[in-house]
Amino acid sequence: MTGEGTVSGVEICLDQVTKRYPGSQVAAVDEFSMTIPAGQVVVFVGPSGCGKTTTMKMINRLIEPSSGRITIGGRDALSLNPDKLRRGIGYAIQQAGLFPHMTVGENIGLVPGLLGWQQQKVRARVEELLDLVGLDPAQFRNRFPRQLSGGQQQRVGVARALAADPPVLLMDEPFGAVDPITRGNLQDELLRLQSELRKTIVFVTHDFDEAVKLGDRIAVLGPRSSILQYDTPEAVLANPADDTVAGFVGAGASLKQLTLLRVKDVDLDEAVTAPTDEDPAALHVRLTMQNSKYALLLDARRRPVRWVHVRELVGGGALSTLGRPVEATVTQRSTLQDALEAILTEGGHVPVTGQHGEYLGVVRIDTVMDVIRTLREEHEHDHD
Amino acid sequence: MSFADYVASRWQELLVDAAQHASAVIQCTLIAAVLGVALGVAVHRSPAGSAVATALTSAVLTIPSFALLGLLIPVLGLGVAPTVTALVLYALLPIVRNTIVGLAGVDPAVLDAARGIGMSRAGVLTRVQLRLAWPAVLTGMRVSTQLLMGIAAIAAYVKGPGLGNVIFSGLSRVGSANAINLALAGTIGVVIVALVLDGAYVLLGRLTISRGVA
Repeated sequence: MTGEGTVSGVEICLDQVTKRYPGSQVAAVDEFSMTIPAGQVVVFVGPSGCGKTTTMKMINRLIEPSSGRITIGGRDALSLNPDKLRRGIGYAIQQAGLFPHMTVGENIGLVPGLLGWQQQKVRARVEELLDLVGLDPAQFRNRFPRQLSGGQQQRVGVARALAADPPVLLMDEPFGAVDPITRGNLQDELLRLQSELRKTIVFVTHDFDEAVKLGDRIAVLGPRSSILQYDTPEAVLANPADDTVAGFVGAGASLKQLTLLRVKDVDLDEAVTAPTDEDPAALHVRLTMQNSKYALLLDARRRPVRWVHVRELVGGGALSTLGRPVEATVTQRSTLQDALEAILTEGGHVPVTGQHGEYLGVVRIDTVMDVIRTLREEHEHDHD
Repeated sequence: MSFADYVASRWQELLVDAAQHASAVIQCTLIAAVLGVALGVAVHRSPAGSAVATALTSAVLTIPSFALLGLLIPVLGLGVAPTVTALVLYALLPIVRNTIVGLAGVDPAVLDAARGIGMSRAGVLTRVQLRLAWPAVLTGMRVSTQLLMGIAAIAAYVKGPGLGNVIFSGLSRVGSANAINLALAGTIGVVIVALVLDGAYVLLGRLTISRGVA
């Protein structure tokens, strides 16, 4: 991902890092060596039990390496006090792991508190972070985790990981426990955050599509955390290192390349739009003149709210009660795969929204089909 | 003399006995809470240790209180020492067991997160584990308190303080004028003190359990 912000992350080097559990013949992680460039997202992807989480947890020493060297920004991680080391590394996990007895604000303010920040500074930071992850501070600061939805909990989890502005973030399947649509939104948010913050992020997942979407680089891991391929998503998709990686990439690689393309890479179409207070008869005339079946109703802030069919306009009744609600929208940063899924939910087209949820245009299924056709032609060309 | 007249005439003494009874039970519960939580924290990570701690404290509970108090006389003499020892031993089981259950109920993901963001082991224990186990520990203390109310009455046998003295002096002179009144006043007194303390636990729970887990 090419970002606007300046790099605030630091480089992580793992050199022949090995984890051997007592009483076990084979190492859980065997001589793992990798350089993770500053300010990039590196995704460890692999089947469960391959040691990807173990490898990640050795970076913040939740699991102590048996041998090897780890440096973070040039500093030897193994010679630091583990608690102090972890306070300088953001950590976000599946199901968020929020402290249920603390409010959202207390959860986020915990690490700055451990670092001895002044109360007032902590409070200001909590506000800033809630804003950053898209939660209204006034509404959410004093809530308890159980009063939040799964997606909101994950946002708080990410905010907590970012609290002390660490250069490095470790994320262990942080979006694993939420529904696919929320998951897509959270991924989009993370990409937006990362384009501003440019942290060094190590992200663990078993979902290859997630790896392709989020990673600047992907490390496909095999048994004992052996690196099968470590490259950009484009390279892994186009040129898998071996059969195991190819198997993991799975069938339909050209379809998967949809996850490499963003909505902003294709041309948007215009829908017929109308404010919710427009006269239904006038809208009917406009739709007929433009030979369109559907109109998209926008609220006062130009956010898409409902789809209404031309037939529904003749029966009378205010526009605000007609049609059906818009169930899915995508942003410019969403992948074309997300868009395709949303299109299938919405029926033929999906509204694209900007930073504040305002309407920008629609993506039609024809547009996505054209992209697939082009990709497939290119892919066939590869094998000529 | 009717029961009401009796209570009215001995109001002051009964109140002192009730206060001493409550005070003995509360203090012994607190001592047992400190010991029981410490024991629970020490053993909760080991299934074998948890089983042994639970078995030992259950074994104590099977000893008849009258017998235990009597057996303590040669060792500790009469008065406060055997009373406190016996009451603390009886109070341990519910507190130890609930501490173990409460600590075991803490979501591993929460502990992983706590360590992962850089809390020290002591910090994780005091700020996360014990806070989350607190509702269970408090329930254990509440059960122990109820249990001790009755046992504390028997401690009058070893010259312990409290309403037991009233009951015992009534029972020891059955047939005389105020025998029934004495025994009845002591018994009803124990029940009332127990209800008041139980109410106090409800209030304490409201005040100390986070709304996030209540």
